[in-house]
Amino acid sequence: MKVREFLCKKRKIMQLEQILQYTFSGLSTGAIYALIGIGFSIIFNATGIINFAQGEFVMLGGMLTLFFLEVLKLPLWAAIPCAVAVSALAGLLFERLAIRPLRQPTPINLVIITIAGSILIRGLAMLLWGKDTHAIPPFTGDEPISIAGATILPQHIWILAITLLIIAVNKFFFFHTISGKAMRACSYNRRAAGLVGIDVRRMVLFSFVISSVLGSLAGIIVAPLTMTAYDVGIMLGLKGFCAAIIGGMSSGMATVVGGLILGVLESLGAGLISSGYKDAIAFIILLLILFIRPQGLFGKAESERV
Amino acid sequence: MGIRFVPFFIAIVTTFSAGAAFAASPIKIGGLFAVTGPAAFLGEPERNTAKMVVDEINKAGGVKGHKLELVVYDTSGDATKAVQLATKLIKDDHVTAIIGPSTTGESMAVIPVAEREQVPLISCAAGIKITEPVKKWVFKTAQNDTLAVGRIYEYLQKNKQSKVAILTVSDGFGASGREQLKAQAAKYGISIVSDDTYGPKDTDMTAQLTKIRGSKAQAIICWGTNPGPALIAKNVRQLGIKTPLFMSHGVSSKKFIELAGEAAVGIKLPSGKVIVADMLPASDHQKRSLMAFVRDYQRHYQAEGDHFGGHAWDAVMLLKNAIEHGADSSATIREQLENTHGFAGIGGVFSYSAQDHAGLNKDAFVLVEVRKNGWAIVK
Repeated sequence: MKVREFLCKKRKIMQLEQILQYTFSGLSTGAIYALIGIGFSIIFNATGIINFAQGEFVMLGGMLTLFFLEVLKLPLWAAIPCAVAVSALAGLLFERLAIRPLRQPTPINLVIITIAGSILIRGLAMLLWGKDTHAIPPFTGDEPISIAGATILPQHIWILAITLLIIAVNKFFFFHTISGKAMRACSYNRRAAGLVGIDVRRMVLFSFVISSVLGSLAGIIVAPLTMTAYDVGIMLGLKGFCAAIIGGMSSGMATVVGGLILGVLESLGAGLISSGYKDAIAFIILLLILFIRPQGLFGKAESERV
Repeated sequence: MGIRFVPFFIAIVTTFSAGAAFAASPIKIGGLFAVTGPAAFLGEPERNTAKMVVDEINKAGGVKGHKLELVVYDTSGDATKAVQLATKLIKDDHVTAIIGPSTTGESMAVIPVAEREQVPLISCAAGIKITEPVKKWVFKTAQNDTLAVGRIYEYLQKNKQSKVAILTVSDGFGASGREQLKAQAAKYGISIVSDDTYGPKDTDMTAQLTKIRGSKAQAIICWGTNPGPALIAKNVRQLGIKTPLFMSHGVSSKKFIELAGEAAVGIKLPSGKVIVADMLPASDHQKRSLMAFVRDYQRHYQAEGDHFGGHAWDAVMLLKNAIEHGADSSATIREQLENTHGFAGIGGVFSYSAQDHAGLNKDAFVLVEVRKNGWAIVK
């Protein structure tokens, strides 16, 4: 009898450990989704369009870091800022060359342009760097750390820490700097913002640069775990989009929570239900949110963005 | 005394006839490879190898006086294009035999053309469907998945490990592997205690592996091509899973070790012999072919020859072998191919017959283990 009790207890502990492991895995992937999601919402708030090239900046972050590491032989701490800078430049060029010159900037035209842009960027990356998958070394070692029976890698801590830092900086920028406040003003009412002397076009340009920086950072911190290739942007971009939708296209905490929820549900679903449904879970959530709560999980009917 | 001279005479006669037939018409061979597109990692080394081998044969004077002429088209991995190009090879270029295509899908699409036009086709793809059931004009050089599964199960049986967890990728390669893993388990007294899949673009498999950690599996078998298996190797290390990990022949390349790094050490997988060519004992029948292929490829392309190039090497050399046995037309080449016996190539020792157009047995695979300094053969 005692033996059975003991076994029962042991089993329960094991299950708890499993769930803890699923949650940890989910939180780290969720953090990445959150970063990409914020990129989506910043552009959405400034321009009213969904930038489907967002995933490609995630890819650019990883691939450019690799390029600076392997080809130019820079150390990791120098390669990362270089990669972010080049991605930001790519975001800037993308806005100047593809978005701004448009004669009739209806949302549908702009969205299709971003899709074309994503195909173009992906194609260029393929020609430049080939089709192989590449590994990037972890920031600080890869000895697993054990926490209450679940194990994580130092890179997971980096991911969570950098995500938190970025969210804090983001918050500060939007609420305590002139440019940030101006961007918020544009998201409330573009015309009114223009009337009080805010350069709306510059704010749109800003939003593209900030989003590409966020996207590339997400791509860089996740690359040591997941490796990188010219086509990693598609799926990550879509998942980031889901996170933004769950968060009701807010560029604050709601999207972060949306990303984390998505990551954890995916991981729990794969572990407890079936691994075949992992991606389906994300898209079922996306559809449910769009049908039932299009303003996002936390939004009021007339949602306050940013 | 007289008998001892017979081979001598034959040698003289054949040398003369070869000399006399020097003006014999060239034999045209078609090549269909997916040089670009998603299967370029197959098609490119295949095309390179086919060109290299044909050049070398011609430099050495051709086969029995026939020069070989290779016409290569790029299918970009597209079955429709492969069919069009196969028709073009037969109708416009009048080829005597075709090598390729690179993938199973394309091969299945081209088979009806080869059968209708009665041109021998030596596919470089692995799918078991290509030669089962046997089609009169179709042969193949890539090893079946069945043989790879057999290799792993045999090892597990020998080591008295009977409970396995399988983790397969949800694409054609993984599905075929999963089918074979399940179908053959009973034969080796193995039970599958956990059956999971992952998507080809997935970036984190810790959920599936945590589930496997909670099961009673004595071995984990993962079936996929890069980069998934490298991620799984890393995740296994992260989770501190001590259960032995097996991979498929889909990752038997340097690239896998490069991607998985430290985490690759200790992983075992069935593999063709190319990657361990220099470690094989001299008694191995394939040693000579393997070393020749590896050396030539290195010299021509400054890169390491791989299994895929090996499939094309085998296809050209099997044709050469058939022509050496007197074949010079589509019909006679087919006949001689079917009579091939004990031909030691890159993929294995080929023995075709009327009932078997795949021609290999499980000795085509060796079980290798990843060590700190590279591959090692598991005895």
